[in-house]
Amino acid sequence: MGGEILDLSPDIKTVGDLITFQRSRGEVFDEIFQHETIVRIAVDQEHVDDMGFDLSEAKEIAFFPPMTGG
Amino acid sequence: MKITPKVKVCLEDFDLKHEIDQLTASQQNAGAVVSFTGVCRDEDGLLDALELEHYPGMAEAKISEYAQSAIERFELLGLTAIHRFGKIAVGDNIVLLVAVARNRQAAFDGANYVMDFLKTNAPFWKKEHLKDGSKGKWVDAKDADNSALKKWQS
Repeated sequence: MGGEILDLSPDIKTVGDLITFQRSRGEVFDEIFQHETIVRIAVDQEHVDDMGFDLSEAKEIAFFPPMTGG
Repeated sequence: MKITPKVKVCLEDFDLKHEIDQLTASQQNAGAVVSFTGVCRDEDGLLDALELEHYPGMAEAKISEYAQSAIERFELLGLTAIHRFGKIAVGDNIVLLVAVARNRQAAFDGANYVMDFLKTNAPFWKKEHLKDGSKGKWVDAKDADNSALKKWQS
């Protein structure tokens, strides 16, 4: 899995804000994040699907495709 | 006494008999042992191997959560769940579930329940390695796997 360390602007308060920010980062980001129901989100290793989820205490945020284990 | 599952996410292979023996060694009240082994198939001659990626930490945590929930829901006497990662050749093991219970239905259901949740909610991804050497694709999630979850929602 790939990763990057970002200092988020204080304006980014929720998962929805972060996705809006991600979409603004370039064409590829915009393409991926327009599929809101496909991109899975985990905050500190717990699944999150509420766009209003508060990120103020979050340390690690993961975006990933649908899982295909087993 | 609270029963906790044995959960392992690892590179190395597992041994079915060893895992069953370990799980049943101290069980005098177990009447049913169900195991499921997921194996890498060749997709009708196309595949050489699968490469499994996972999200370390979260993968173990999610499997443990579903395993613990199965123990409580089906009153299991023991449960082992092992999921491998890395490159897995056709015919090799990917995943193992062993469920031990008083009666067969609980053991079948417990193993089935953990597999259903693991397939759709534990962070693992499979990439194909094709026999002809060309670059395979990431395996797509299946709708059937998502609908399999619905039977447990009651």
